[in-house]
Amino acid sequence: MTDFISNPDAKHKSGKATKIALRWFLLLLLLIFALYYLMPLFVMVTTSLKSLEEIRTGSLVALPREVTFDAWKTAWSGACTGIQCQGLQPYFWNSILIAVPAVFLSTLFGAMNGYIIAHWKFKGANLIFSMMLFGCFIPFQVVILPMARVLGMMGLAGSIQGLIFVHVIYGLGFTTLFFRNYYVSIPGELVKAAKVDGAGFFRIFWSIFLPLSLPIIVVTVIWQFTQIWNDFLFGVSFSQAGTQPITVALNNIVNSTTGVKEYNVDMAAAIIAALPTLFVYVVAGKYFIRGLTAGSVKG
Amino acid sequence: MSPILKVKNLVKNFGSTEVLKDINISIESGDFLVLVGPSGCGKSTLLNCIAGLEPISAGEVFIDGRNMTDVSPKDRDIAMVFQSYALYPTMSVAKNITFGMKVRGVDTETQKRKLAEVARQLQIEPELNRRPGQLSGGQRQRVAMGRALVRDPKLFLFDEPLSNLDAKLRVEMRTEIKRLHHDLGASMVYVTHDQIEAMTLATTIVVMKSGVIQQIGTPAEIYGRPQNLFVADFMGSPAMNLIKAKATKNGAGTKIEISRENSAPLILTDTQNTNLPENVILGLRPEDIAEASMRSGPQVQTATCLVDIVEPAGADTYVMSKLGGKEVTARLHAETGAQPGQLLEFAFDLGKVSYFEPETGQRLN
Repeated sequence: MTDFISNPDAKHKSGKATKIALRWFLLLLLLIFALYYLMPLFVMVTTSLKSLEEIRTGSLVALPREVTFDAWKTAWSGACTGIQCQGLQPYFWNSILIAVPAVFLSTLFGAMNGYIIAHWKFKGANLIFSMMLFGCFIPFQVVILPMARVLGMMGLAGSIQGLIFVHVIYGLGFTTLFFRNYYVSIPGELVKAAKVDGAGFFRIFWSIFLPLSLPIIVVTVIWQFTQIWNDFLFGVSFSQAGTQPITVALNNIVNSTTGVKEYNVDMAAAIIAALPTLFVYVVAGKYFIRGLTAGSVKG
Repeated sequence: MSPILKVKNLVKNFGSTEVLKDINISIESGDFLVLVGPSGCGKSTLLNCIAGLEPISAGEVFIDGRNMTDVSPKDRDIAMVFQSYALYPTMSVAKNITFGMKVRGVDTETQKRKLAEVARQLQIEPELNRRPGQLSGGQRQRVAMGRALVRDPKLFLFDEPLSNLDAKLRVEMRTEIKRLHHDLGASMVYVTHDQIEAMTLATTIVVMKSGVIQQIGTPAEIYGRPQNLFVADFMGSPAMNLIKAKATKNGAGTKIEISRENSAPLILTDTQNTNLPENVILGLRPEDIAEASMRSGPQVQTATCLVDIVEPAGADTYVMSKLGGKEVTARLHAETGAQPGQLLEFAFDLGKVSYFEPETGQRLN
């Protein structure tokens, strides 16, 4: 009888112990993965803070004996891309000049498209939407030649405006998809009520839809900014000396050095090129997750 | 004076499906028109057509004598209350109510005055600075009404405004809408699937089914003299008893014979309706069947029937008996001593009877 009672109790206790052990095992596993993923960043940061001398003699994973920011300075304003030695600085501004208007315009047009497709249905709306979706999945390599022709005909070849144009066009598929999916969850009766109240197409968009859109705007901006900032293919194809984005400049710095490879400068340059997207994720990351999962709007 | 709303030969198609077929409606100023029918009957579509939110395929819509067929919703001088309330989620209650005036460029003084007026009328003054998300269902409903009221329109349109409320609140708001209609003397069109709402609110009821108007009339007409089997069955709760019967001429009157299981047929004599075909469906409301001792009158006929089921419902007790192959409900007073299995003498008030053609479902008397 006592056996009968105490047995399940013991079982319960051992079950609890297994549970705790499993939890710790899981945490340990996650920790290992986190370290594994952080490793390259660690090597980049430490290498960028070392002198060339130290890199040659020391170990790859060792902390710098003497911290120096010389490599960062060189990367920012002194490193050579081919024959010019101005560092990343001018290209950093190029990328800003491309990314900011391109993100703004593609988000705005995406919102407008999504609004129309979700709430101002017209004949063929679904077909146009599917075609835009299709645009999301076309590999960019396919469009390089035709796009080069188009840019040439428009007189935008090799210019910052040309790159903005390309990024806006190829961003529209995704931005439209994001906004359309967000806006279909907004009840159509809101549009009807606003129509009866006398509001027109733009008024409804501006006064009712945009104020509701913050979560999806954050998602779209992060997505577009990352895409455009990190783009290399369009940047290298449609730019010329003086209009190259930072990704192209980074490539040139790393690949066009002569003599000793300056790993510390390369690492610093790579980090500089990645910082803005990192910054955007840190600042707006929590809205990103929230925006992706946000659905219905409760009136 | 021209009717406040006139719908003439309205047709609405979605693709190749005909949703509304040749709709004709006309109401006078101050009328409360209720469109009622089961879901999918086209009543909400019709309301949207009147509002101009759905283009119509054929026909015309007049509001206060003006042809509004091709006029946009904002210029039709209407206000609308929606089922989901459709309050603008990012705006405060006050801004929700004044949005329409702001869009139309009404000066701020007038906006403030009208807002205060409506807020007092609907008792939502403490809520003016809150967002719709912070309000209860009833409060949202009031705000939605407020948004319509500030407009001071020729025609109010309501699209199932009470169906998202719980039962108790629904009855309260129903009374409030009725009071509002009475106080304002406004003309209203109201869509509902709830026949009790239709009966309590309307001055005119339009019963619809599959895009076709079944009957237009006052609540009393719709309830007392339904034009076909659908209306008879749809309006009223519990529903009208519709019993298969055989009619034969019998001197000055008509002999009505209703078959019963395991006993002789029930025979009634109708002295008013003489020109009936052989097969009819006899319609009697539950309240027109009572205990023999409780009802008398020139058209009242009594017969003994077997009590099947007894359902006390508080104010009344419903008693069922099997007639013509169907359970027939009688509405008895609460203190009735009727027991299942008992033989009870019922009074059938043939003064209130309806007859229908079994094939077409049309009314015969």
